[in-house]
Amino acid sequence: MPGLVRIAILGFEMDYETVIGLEVHAQLLTRSKMFCRCSADYAHASPNTHVCPICLGMPGVLPIINQQAAEYTVMTALALNCTIPNFSKFDRKNYPYPDLMKGYQISQYDAPLGIGGWIEVEVNGEKRRVGITRVHLEEDTAKLIHRTDPSGESYSMVDVNRSGVPLMEIVGEPDIRSPEEAREYLVKLRNILQFLEVSSGNMEEGSFRCDANISIRPLGNTELSSKVEVKNMNSFRAVYNALEYEAERQRRVIKEGGSIPQETRGWVEEKGVTVEQRSKEYAHDYRYFPEPDLPPLVLDRAWVEEIRSRLPELPDARRDRFIEKYGLPIYDANLLVTSKALANFFEASAKNTTKKRAKLVSNWLLGEFSRLLHSSDIEIEESKLTPNHLVGLLDLVEEGTISGTTAKEVFEEMFHTGRHAPEIVAERGLEQITEAKDVEVAVDRVLEGNARAVADFRKGKEQAMTFLVGQVMRETKGRANPKLVSELLMERLREG
Amino acid sequence: MKLSREEVRHIALLARLGLNDDELEKFREQLSDILENFEILKQVDTTDVPPTRQPIALKNVVRGDEVAPSLPQEDILANAPREEEGCFRVRAVFE
Repeated sequence: MPGLVRIAILGFEMDYETVIGLEVHAQLLTRSKMFCRCSADYAHASPNTHVCPICLGMPGVLPIINQQAAEYTVMTALALNCTIPNFSKFDRKNYPYPDLMKGYQISQYDAPLGIGGWIEVEVNGEKRRVGITRVHLEEDTAKLIHRTDPSGESYSMVDVNRSGVPLMEIVGEPDIRSPEEAREYLVKLRNILQFLEVSSGNMEEGSFRCDANISIRPLGNTELSSKVEVKNMNSFRAVYNALEYEAERQRRVIKEGGSIPQETRGWVEEKGVTVEQRSKEYAHDYRYFPEPDLPPLVLDRAWVEEIRSRLPELPDARRDRFIEKYGLPIYDANLLVTSKALANFFEASAKNTTKKRAKLVSNWLLGEFSRLLHSSDIEIEESKLTPNHLVGLLDLVEEGTISGTTAKEVFEEMFHTGRHAPEIVAERGLEQITEAKDVEVAVDRVLEGNARAVADFRKGKEQAMTFLVGQVMRETKGRANPKLVSELLMERLREG
Repeated sequence: MKLSREEVRHIALLARLGLNDDELEKFREQLSDILENFEILKQVDTTDVPPTRQPIALKNVVRGDEVAPSLPQEDILANAPREEEGCFRVRAVFE
C-alpha cells in the first residue's frame, strides 16, 4: 500500500497512513473578467492597464456575472460527475489584504455551482475514485510584488490587472493517500480542464494552482487529525516533492513524541523543505454574507442539460475509443490523450486507415514528433507539420518509394520547413531504388572493385558480406532496398 | 448580553479601526444595544419562513462575455498616494 510507514511509539509498532485533500484554483479562459468587461488576458499587459472602477473596487459600482464563466464552471462540474443544484449564489468573503481592492473577495460560500463529484485516478495499475466536494466560482486577486528600498525599507507593489479574472475552485475530498496519487489527480484534473477548453491549466504561469491539506493518522483510524495546509507549489513536481517531504516530516515529529499543530506551511523549492508561514496578525474571520449586488442564480434544468449535451469527449473515453477503434496499445492511447492537440493530430492522421497504419501514426507522433517538438520548444499548435504532411509521408513509405531511414530524414525536414514529403523526396532524389536492374549495376560495380572482400567471403568470412552490402548502399547513396541488395549479392557470388 | 472589550477590539481590528479607550467603551455600548435588538427579533417564530438571501426579487442577472476598454493607467493611479512603475505602492505585506 502506498504511503504506509511503520513507526515505533513507546514500544508499539504503529502503521500510519497519509491523508491528502487538494484544492485547485483554475483561471477560466473567458475573454472578459468575472464581474466587469475588462480584458481577462493580462499576461503580457503593462501593470494596471486592464482595470476599471468595478475591478478597482470603487464605491457605488455594480458587478454583473459573466455568463460564460458560470457556464464553464457548470461544464467542469458536470465533467467531474457533480450535481448541479437548482440554486446558487455569490457571497462576500471579508479580509483586509492589499491584493483585494474591495476588502473582500466575491466568492461562493454555501451554495456553489457544483457539489459531490469524483475523478478516477490510476496509480500502479490500481484505479480509485477521489471525491470532489464542490466546484465554485470566484474572482482572482491583484498581484503583489515585494521589494526593498535602497534604504532598507521593504514595501509592496500592487498590479490590479489580475483582480477580477474568473477563478474556479475545485475542492477535493481527503481521499488521496500518497503523493503519487496527488500528482495523478492533478494531472487528470488539468487534462479534463484542457479537454473542456475552460482553462489553459498552465501551472508555471499561475493559471492552475494547487494547495494541499495533509495529515497522517494511525492506520485504521477514520477520524481526520489536525491538518497542515501546504502552499506555494507551482509545478506537479513541486506538489509531489512538497507532499513527500511533509508526510515524512509529520511522521518524524510524531515519532519523536511531538504533535502536529494546525498550520499553514510554504514549500521552499530551492531548499526542498516546507516552512511555517508567518501567520497574519488577525484571525481568519471571513464573515461571509450573501453578496447584495448580485442576484442569485436559479439554474434551469434545461440549461444544465444543454451544457451536458455539449460536453466534449473526455480523456478517458477518448483513450478507450483509441484502443477500441484503432487497436492501439493502452500505453500509446494513454500518451496520446495527455494533450487534446496531440489526440486531435492523431485522429486527423489516422482516420479512414488500417489499425496497422494507425499504430505507425502513433509511433511517429510519440517518437520523432514529440522529440522534435521538445527540442524546438514549441507546442503542437505552432508546428508547421500537419496531419496532411504525415499522411503524405506514410503513403510514400507504404508504396515503397522511400525507405524507413529516409523517411526519418524527410520527416525532420517537413517539421522544420513545412514542405510536403513528395516535394522533398523529388528534389533531393531520395526515392528508393526498387528496380532490380538499377541495383544490379551498383552490385556489379562493387564486386569488381572489391576483389579481396569477394575472396574473403568465398573463404567463409561472413562479415565480408556485410561489408559488401554496405558498399552497395554507399554506391546508391542509401536509396537501395537493403534486402534486395543482399539477395542480388548472394545470387552473383553463388554464380561466380 | 454585553460585548466584552476584547470582542470590540477584535471587531475594530477586522474593520482596520484604531480605537482609544473612550471610543472602545462607547462602541461597546452601541454594538451591544444593536445585538440586544436582534435578540428581540429572534423571538419571532420563523419556522415556515424561508431565509431571505436577497431583498429584491431578481435572479439570473448576467451579461455576455464581451470585452470593453479599461481605463488608462494614469486614471487608475490618479488617487494612489504612492506609485511606482505603474503599480500602487503600499506598505510591506507578507503572505
